[in-house]
Amino acid sequence: MAGTILYGENITVDFNGFKALNGVSLYVNKGELRFLIGPNGAGKTTLLDVICGKVSPISGSFIFEENIELLGLREYQRARIGIVRKFQTPSVFEQLTVIENMTLAHKKNKGIFSSIFNKIDKKSENYIYEVMERINLIDKKLQYAGLLSHGEKQWLEIGMTMLQSPKLLLVDEPVAGMTGSERDKTGELLKDLAKDMSVLIVEHDMNFVEKFGERVTVLHEGSILCEGSFEYVRNDQTVIDVYLGRGAEEDA
Amino acid sequence: MENFIRKNLIVIFLVILASVVLFLPIYYVNLFGKYFVFAIIAVGIDIIWGYTGILSLGQGVFFSLGAYCMAMYLKLQTGALPDFMVWSGFKSVPYFLSLFANAWFAIPMAIILPMLLAVIISVPIFRSNIKGVYFSILTEALALVFSLVFIAQQSYTGGSSGITDFQSLFGYSLGSSDTIRGLFLITAAVLIGIYLLIEWMLSSQLGKILVAIRDGENRLKFLGYDTIRYKVFIFTLSAGIMGLAGALFVPQIGIVSPATFGIFFSIEMVIWVAVGGRGTLIGAIIGAIVVSGIKTFSSGIFPEGWLYILGGLFILVTIVFPGGIMGIWKRYKVFEQVNLDKKFLKDLNEEK
Repeated sequence: MAGTILYGENITVDFNGFKALNGVSLYVNKGELRFLIGPNGAGKTTLLDVICGKVSPISGSFIFEENIELLGLREYQRARIGIVRKFQTPSVFEQLTVIENMTLAHKKNKGIFSSIFNKIDKKSENYIYEVMERINLIDKKLQYAGLLSHGEKQWLEIGMTMLQSPKLLLVDEPVAGMTGSERDKTGELLKDLAKDMSVLIVEHDMNFVEKFGERVTVLHEGSILCEGSFEYVRNDQTVIDVYLGRGAEEDA
Repeated sequence: MENFIRKNLIVIFLVILASVVLFLPIYYVNLFGKYFVFAIIAVGIDIIWGYTGILSLGQGVFFSLGAYCMAMYLKLQTGALPDFMVWSGFKSVPYFLSLFANAWFAIPMAIILPMLLAVIISVPIFRSNIKGVYFSILTEALALVFSLVFIAQQSYTGGSSGITDFQSLFGYSLGSSDTIRGLFLITAAVLIGIYLLIEWMLSSQLGKILVAIRDGENRLKFLGYDTIRYKVFIFTLSAGIMGLAGALFVPQIGIVSPATFGIFFSIEMVIWVAVGGRGTLIGAIIGAIVVSGIKTFSSGIFPEGWLYILGGLFILVTIVFPGGIMGIWKRYKVFEQVNLDKKFLKDLNEEK
């Protein structure tokens, strides 16, 4: 899997005069596990928002795959071509059961009439069960998602994103609020996912980034500061000044 | 299996109720015919509010539109030029209204016109992402606008006194008790039919998608669902049900007036569903019948008190029983579940 899946050129986002992103260019390769780091307010989440369609930039362009211009497509249209977002807080449908959540994510045809008349086929059902095994929720398949623990909700959501078979997965702070072993498990899962798709992750947890990050992009005040391997980024003087240095103090 | 029994329980209940009512004095037949129309309305409210989380306070508009279509048909049945047109100096019925003299045009229009209006209104509203209380206020304003338009256009609509003094429907005199019983049976059949249709629709993936719109519309967009299209669809379906209810209402009541456009009636509809339990069709049907029953009873003994009772019910439902009548039942079941969980935890601790 070589080549680039996402070409972002000169993206600028303006929130009433505040430039949340200022001429950012971002290229994501196919099958890459890419981390976005940076201090609060650097524009990391805004960048994900622009890619998935939640926020519109005032200038720039995002080309997906060969020639699909993303800007101008609505959220659901981007989801349908394979750009899937996993939000920071687990946002599962609490009034639906685990299996109903999964089925909604997996459904191929998302039109109204197909929703009324088509039943889920055996093959899809088997696949849903397979994913439920993988995220350890098979025993809770009939439970309402609102009754799951925080960690389980995160897993359910990761399972839902898997079922959408994305080409580009956008993940916002996946390990926030997780225990140590849950973090490792999540990291392994994300690494595993990156074999079939590109994964773009916003993360604050430096240990996690060090362990799983192949390539890291550092954002600062709406611009890209530095990009490269974790080693390279860690030794960059400006990155230490604006971000890592401060992080180290906080850790101490 | 439990679901199957429960689904049919309300149908069995309605069939028994209808058969009993049929043998009551004609006053009660007429009364229950009205209640059943309200139950149809409640189903229409429940699919948008209970399931999808869209609170419209203007559903009376669609109901009235259906009612006016039917009323125009009944009025033109008499053959004479309607009195309000005579007063306005019309020599004959305007062409577009004369079409309503044909039942095959008027009755389908009672459903199609509200649906058309619903599409025209809801597409721009949902596309501009207007939600929650803003949507409710907008629909409330809409109700006001429509009632003013219908009052102002007296020469076409009969103005503030509306359209009344109907004689017959399909050649049957509207005053005869056989016709009243027949209309009641038709209403009961339509209610059961609508219930079964909607129940079937909601048991498909559509039901889950609507609940998902209520719980997290944005999340659903990122799953690739065009939620706007779903919302327009369900809003339009609801409007069609309202129109049908309006068409069934008019021949049983004998009058239609701009009052049904009003905000009071639209809010009353919402309270039926809230009292019965939103998000359950059975609750909506029971709520409509029970609350209307209380209304009839209270206006007999304490006419000024009805609005206080209605307000009191609303407060009670909001604060004490958010799930309404069905919620009380469910809460009882949750207690059962909690007790089971406690027992499970106790057993687990003992094992350790």
